[in-house]
Amino acid sequence: MNDVSLIVKVVAYILIVPVFIFGSYVILHGHLSPGGGFAGGAILATLVAMLVITFRDDFKENPHEIFSILECIGMIFFILLAFFGLSSSFFHNFLVNLNGLFGKPVHFGVNPGYLNTAGVIPLMNMAVGIEVFSALSLIVLMLSMRYGGERK
Amino acid sequence: MKMARVVTLALFFVFLLITSLAMRPFGKPSNTGMDDYFIQNGQAQTGSNNIVTSVVFDYRGMDTLGEATVLFAAASGVLLIFQRAVTGGKHE
Repeated sequence: MNDVSLIVKVVAYILIVPVFIFGSYVILHGHLSPGGGFAGGAILATLVAMLVITFRDDFKENPHEIFSILECIGMIFFILLAFFGLSSSFFHNFLVNLNGLFGKPVHFGVNPGYLNTAGVIPLMNMAVGIEVFSALSLIVLMLSMRYGGERK
Repeated sequence: MKMARVVTLALFFVFLLITSLAMRPFGKPSNTGMDDYFIQNGQAQTGSNNIVTSVVFDYRGMDTLGEATVLFAAASGVLLIFQRAVTGGKHE
């Protein structure tokens, strides 16, 4: 039954932490460097795909419930952030340039790239990152575990 | 029949060549008003050093909401179709 070779398992164990850190970095630095919620979420979803390929036979049951909940949380968080700016307009950036949370002002030109900038954009990046990660993981899980469940 | 395919492919290739030569030069759009506005004011208005992210999540946030909704709907559809297959396989 356990037909995944030891090499694949060891490489998967080694790659778990770097892939997770890289995906989180791409999500959290979305307002400073190329990337963002969509790209980072896809990177994190490749981690789940790797784990499904490697450890599919060890799963007792299909863990899709947690991804459904996470997906809904990300979507609701994103729409709520859009509604919070409704004092002036939908999707208004209500945190920027206030010197509060993510409120450090940025001026035109080359900047050192502080993380504490850009208002609601990092929060929206996190929401979209969670949503994309959960959605792609859910699709991978459902498409792969079906055949895993049929195999006796 | 084979001749017709070759001629069609050649005509399509010629069409692509002509249109690629007739395009305007790379990096020189005809209207630069919107680009200049984003480049000049994007950092000060949205606080994001990445202009692409400031456009995607701030100036054109509604488009991103649509993208996220499409992905949400796709995942919901996959879950709806395959959940019965997963649980049905388990009960038998």
